[in-house]
Amino acid sequence: MTTDVGLGEPQLVTIAADEDVVRVRQLVRTVAVAAKLSLVDQTKLVTAASELARNTLVYGGGGGAEVTVVDSGRRKGIRIVFADDGPGIADLDLALTDGYTTGGGLGLGLSGARRLVDEFDIDTAAGRGTRITVTKWAR
Amino acid sequence: MDRVPVLKIGDLLLVSIQVDMQDQTALALQEDLAERIVATGCHGVIIDITALDIVDSFVGRMLSSIASISRVLDAETVVVGMRPAVAITLVELGLSLDGIRTALNVERGIELLAQAREPETPDDLGIDLDLDRFGPATS
Amino acid sequence: MGLTAAEGERIAALLDTQADKLTASWTDAVAAPLRGRLTRAELQRQVQDLHRAIVEALRAGAFDLTDERSADLRATLVELSRGRARQGFTASETAVTVFGLKQALFDVVDVRGGDAQVLADLLAVGQVIDDLGLFTFETYAKAREGLIADQAEQLLELATPVVKLWEGVVAIPLVGTLDSARAQVVMERLLETLVETGSPYAIIDITGVPAVDTQVAQHILKTVVAARLMGAECIISGIRPQIAQTIVALGIEFGDIATKATLADALRHALRLIEATRKARSN
Repeated sequence: MTTDVGLGEPQLVTIAADEDVVRVRQLVRTVAVAAKLSLVDQTKLVTAASELARNTLVYGGGGGAEVTVVDSGRRKGIRIVFADDGPGIADLDLALTDGYTTGGGLGLGLSGARRLVDEFDIDTAAGRGTRITVTKWAR
Repeated sequence: MDRVPVLKIGDLLLVSIQVDMQDQTALALQEDLAERIVATGCHGVIIDITALDIVDSFVGRMLSSIASISRVLDAETVVVGMRPAVAITLVELGLSLDGIRTALNVERGIELLAQAREPETPDDLGIDLDLDRFGPATS
Repeated sequence: MGLTAAEGERIAALLDTQADKLTASWTDAVAAPLRGRLTRAELQRQVQDLHRAIVEALRAGAFDLTDERSADLRATLVELSRGRARQGFTASETAVTVFGLKQALFDVVDVRGGDAQVLADLLAVGQVIDDLGLFTFETYAKAREGLIADQAEQLLELATPVVKLWEGVVAIPLVGTLDSARAQVVMERLLETLVETGSPYAIIDITGVPAVDTQVAQHILKTVVAARLMGAECIISGIRPQIAQTIVALGIEFGDIATKATLADALRHALRLIEATRKARSN
């Protein structure tokens, strides 16, 4: 995974308000179309990005999303890193369980987003913020 | 913030979501619809999402809430025009939209509503119910 | 593997002095293993093109097949190997077109004279021809892979026709093994057809599917759920006894999804539902 080469400059979106979630969705869609993801894969990635951007805003107290086109040598993909300096997640297994929520949502954000992407990596601890990296490859 | 227009056509309210909604817009739509159902006395609501290229868990929850709220207000809701890629993504996300009726397009949605109403509503009782007399319905 | 500008110049001269004799001998060497599947005139033209491209590349300065100055030569080789791949020639039959030059050179150049310079140049050009051959071989392989991928895609299209059976009813008769990739294509095509035709009923007929595993069964289930989200109902028909046993053994829950023995039963079921809807409306 670390051997993947980034193509072009990463594009950054600050997530501080409601409308920034919309901006993340639009940026991810544009990049996904340019990277020639299939329509279904575009839709899955944009939906996952929407869930994670909202989590960054609601649970992380705001942060940022960084979108990069990556190349594994065999195929192209899109990598998005969501980072915040919020309270972090104390019990990761619980947070990744379908239906678990602390914010009054459906509890599908994290677990659902994970099912929509090809690679999902989460780095968090209580009091240390959260950093989620997702990748979707073109088929 | 954009507001999604709610149109009244005969005994139906038609909402056609044309923009990438931020979460506040979705919540506002939920409130507007409840008010319009009561104000117009309509018994059917059609939400057209043909233009939506994604439905995430937030919008999914909004659709479920609208369906439940309208049911309490004696109106049926039909969500129409969901795109295949959106449906596939929702299944993967784990969102089942329980309790929501769906139809392929607006026309089928209208048929479905007509069908749902007819058996229980004798055509014309000659009574004009004025909802305002009972005060605004609370949900 | 490259050549200095001086070597290139000398070898180009070697190739050019008896060009007609060389290309004729070269064409002979190529024609033999192809046994008349290409006309001599056609081969001659290809060999002459290749000859010209090689001479030009050698004259352009220090020779290296991978650099900018050899772009025309590479393009000629690519065109040649793609053509051969498409016409169904084998890899050796393709490579021989390049290696034929070696044979021809030995026929034309007088080696018995024993001129050390000529011998050294012949060795050097031998290496260059090997490089050209390898390049041809690789391009050939790539072209074949492309062809195979295209055919696989065409097969996928062929194998998943979505047909309209009746006003409001579409069907997808599945034939052959369903793997995850194909199941995904099937699912998308079916859902798209529902929208295009405005059909509220879809029949998934699996009479021609020899076996299902958990993954494939999951894909079918997901298709049914996705169709419901869009406002359409799926009916599954043609479940074989073994498949029914597998489904139960795997513990897959088909829930309230309508299943019918045959495509005909499924169509009858769909028509009945349409009729019921129509009656309810006209009452």
